[in-house]
Amino acid sequence: MRLEFRAIGKAFGELQALRDVTLNVAEFQSLAIIGPSGGGKTTLLRIIAGLETPETGQLSIDGQRLDFSEASLLLHRRSIGTVFQAYNLFPHLTARQNVMLPLVKVHDVAVGEARAIVDSLFERFQLSAHADRHPAELSGGQQQRVAIVRAIAIKPRFLIFDEPTSALDPEMTAEVLDFIAELRADGRNLIIVTHNMGFAREVSDHCLFIADGRVLEEGRSSELFSRPQNPLLVNFLAKVLRY
Amino acid sequence: MKQFLVNRDGQVSLAATIVSWGLVALLVCAVFSFAFSELRYGWNWNAIWQYRQKFVQGWLMTVAISAAALLVSLLLGLLTALARRSALLPLRYLSMLYVESVRGTPLLVQILILFYVVANAFGVDNRYLVGVLTLSLFAGAYLSEMIRSGIESIRDSQLESARAIGLTRAQTYRYVIFPQVVRQLVPPLTGQFASIIKDSSLLSIIAVSEFTLNAQEVNAFTYSTLESYLPLAAGYLLLTLPISLASRALERRFHYAT
Repeated sequence: MRLEFRAIGKAFGELQALRDVTLNVAEFQSLAIIGPSGGGKTTLLRIIAGLETPETGQLSIDGQRLDFSEASLLLHRRSIGTVFQAYNLFPHLTARQNVMLPLVKVHDVAVGEARAIVDSLFERFQLSAHADRHPAELSGGQQQRVAIVRAIAIKPRFLIFDEPTSALDPEMTAEVLDFIAELRADGRNLIIVTHNMGFAREVSDHCLFIADGRVLEEGRSSELFSRPQNPLLVNFLAKVLRY
Repeated sequence: MKQFLVNRDGQVSLAATIVSWGLVALLVCAVFSFAFSELRYGWNWNAIWQYRQKFVQGWLMTVAISAAALLVSLLLGLLTALARRSALLPLRYLSMLYVESVRGTPLLVQILILFYVVANAFGVDNRYLVGVLTLSLFAGAYLSEMIRSGIESIRDSQLESARAIGLTRAQTYRYVIFPQVVRQLVPPLTGQFASIIKDSSLLSIIAVSEFTLNAQEVNAFTYSTLESYLPLAAGYLLLTLPISLASRALERRFHYAT
């Protein structure tokens, strides 16, 4: 897929989260967005996800310009799958009901058909045993996997992950990252914000480095991680890869 | 002696429960039988028995009025809780004014003003209608706050998830917020129902022929005050005790469910 940012700016009160981001991201299948906390990567991701509206600028996805009216954003959000850090699932619904909700209520899939879709996805991703459990009865890793299944069940154009493992312990992190790697191997388009550099490098074919509200470097992940150019990126990678 | 202490797990034996209840009953009976024996009261239950039909009718009227008021107050509470969250300022302020003024003034005054002033001005003279509406307005203010705090207890992350999967605002209320609010609301709602039942006794001052008014009338006919009011207390307990027990059972059930 392709992304084009044109003069995108976004402020939260005093804080300028994104400053005039202009960039053509070349054809990619999996894009990682990295950078220090508070640098603007999550804001950029949320604009792509249709959850945030920039004050200035334009965004095109696969050559289609995104209209930032609430009605079009609703349609946009319905066409993609988004997974947040944690608490994606609704606590009063079972795992199966959580996945069925958007299928039935948003995408007008008949209940029987939705159930069949969910059951086959759960079967494939080893979640069948947990189908009738509520989120509180699942581990953090299982909750995230159910949330990912909910995102893919609607056959989204692409998937968005906002630090999907930052609330998990290392073992569960591996479980969720394996799942995402599997989705990539299936040929799905992904955009992922992550603090896990090893994973970013392995799963993405393209990478953006964002700090201080600007995209300071972008390129093929193989290049960017092995030969970083921008001193801030060199510094950042040196720091996060030290331990 | 140790059996009579609740241990850290909150577990008690059946025997200790029975003996403890027995002790409590004994104490209460002792106090009241002493008090009543000191009274040297000439009991006249026969006079009351003739009017048993009035007690039954009054009791049924109280049940009917309370049930109607519960339904209307639920609707009012819901609407005003939503109004309180509305983007439209006048609507929000109206809801705030309603909740604060109703919760801050005695029900007795509200009944008098609504019946003798407001209903009178609008030409409504059905005291049962006014009674149910007043009681609903009163309970609705409390329910409004319960519903509002229920809605506000839903984490932002859930609203964000609801947006991300493409639910509209109405769908978010319908499928995400309300199911959770209702679950939280069931225990306090049963408590509120018990309150409505007791509060409905105040409608006797505008001559709504409910349980309390009937007891007052029987007292006036027979001059048997205690024989009129003791069945009154028993009649209210007959309604509120099961509700209170049900409320506690529901609270436990929903507590484990989350």
